Amino acid sequence: MNKRIFLDPLFKNNPVSILALGICSALAVTVKLEPALVMALSVTLVTGFSELILSLLRNTIPNRIRIIVQLVVVATLVILVDLILKAYSWQISKQLSVFVGLIITNCIIMGRIEAFALINKPFPSFVDGIANGLGYGMILVAVAFFRELLGSGTILGHHVIPGNWYVANGGFYENNGLFLLPPMALIVVGLIVWIFNAKNDKKVWNK
Amino acid sequence: MDNRKRNGNAYTFIYAAIMVIIVAALLAFVSQVLKPRQVANMMAEKQQSILRSVHLEGKPYEQYITDTVAGPLHLPLYICTLEDGTRKYVIPLEGKGLWGPLWGYLALNDDFRTIYGAVFDHASETPGLGAEISTATFSDPFRGKSLYRGDNFVSLSVLKPGKAAENPNAVDGISGGTITSRGVENMIRESLEPYLPFLKHYE
Repeated sequence: MNKRIFLDPLFKNNPVSILALGICSALAVTVKLEPALVMALSVTLVTGFSELILSLLRNTIPNRIRIIVQLVVVATLVILVDLILKAYSWQISKQLSVFVGLIITNCIIMGRIEAFALINKPFPSFVDGIANGLGYGMILVAVAFFRELLGSGTILGHHVIPGNWYVANGGFYENNGLFLLPPMALIVVGLIVWIFNAKNDKKVWNK
Repeated sequence: MDNRKRNGNAYTFIYAAIMVIIVAALLAFVSQVLKPRQVANMMAEKQQSILRSVHLEGKPYEQYITDTVAGPLHLPLYICTLEDGTRKYVIPLEGKGLWGPLWGYLALNDDFRTIYGAVFDHASETPGLGAEISTATFSDPFRGKSLYRGDNFVSLSVLKPGKAAENPNAVDGISGGTITSRGVENMIRESLEPYLPFLKHYE
């Protein structure tokens, strides 16, 4: 049971490619690999712990303000992570601070809390949160890998395209600037969604 | 707990009130506990940026840099004395980019016309585009550029990439980061202008 809760969000029910959640931030933070990795890790931690906390509280939350309670828990966690990083890991916090707002508004977090944490026990909820964060992060890293490689010719800031390939140095190669812009992110995400759906024997959209 | 009680007004109000108090107390406590470390990190970063603008990254700050102020407006100015005795003058810059604030430090040679070094940073520019202003690829070419044409202060222009190499008053911008590049250009001019009348006194 727990194994399915963990594996489903990675492949069969991947939040980005199958459920089409969290697309907005998948477009915004995938220009470079490093912020994408930081974002993936942060979202994984925040979904995991917010699902855990809300699952523990699930029998006490007043129905009419449950969205507000969810928001408060998620926002508190994100602010805590940000404060701790600022004190103990200044460089990473500079990377992350841009995306704090994006973590709070990430549809995956609120979506999984509503759909899973409020009706399941704490441990499965925690696993579900971590797995959904990882499923999201997987797509994020894949998109960022291609965008950074083809758009800037680097991986994690290291140059991987040989310098003498470039037209400026008498070669034949030029970085594709389109990969740095949002439209190409959408196209890359689209291709990944296509691959996922083609591999998936169960046709999600026909259900 | 039975459902009717959980949906009542009183329960909802009390729940919300307690939740807010707990969260506020928790965040205020953590923020206060961690504040000294955060301020120390911020100071260390500022000192490293100033040292980087005079190509002394990683060196002890107090040994090279004197904090001072310029003119009756007490504009902050950092004087760096190199090992051979020459002085560099570091001026803090503040401006705005596409999404948020930009800042940086510009080190001038003691003729107050040519640039010795520059560093830039930003709060929230687009990674891979505007955010590239914080890399050495963008800031290294500032070295040796001039703020004057003849006797006129013209500041620096940030041009389209590839156009600036021979121009002593211009540097290459970031392709795809036009608004950030223009922000850097405005930031340099606007931040330097108040200093112009006072820098002469240090000659």
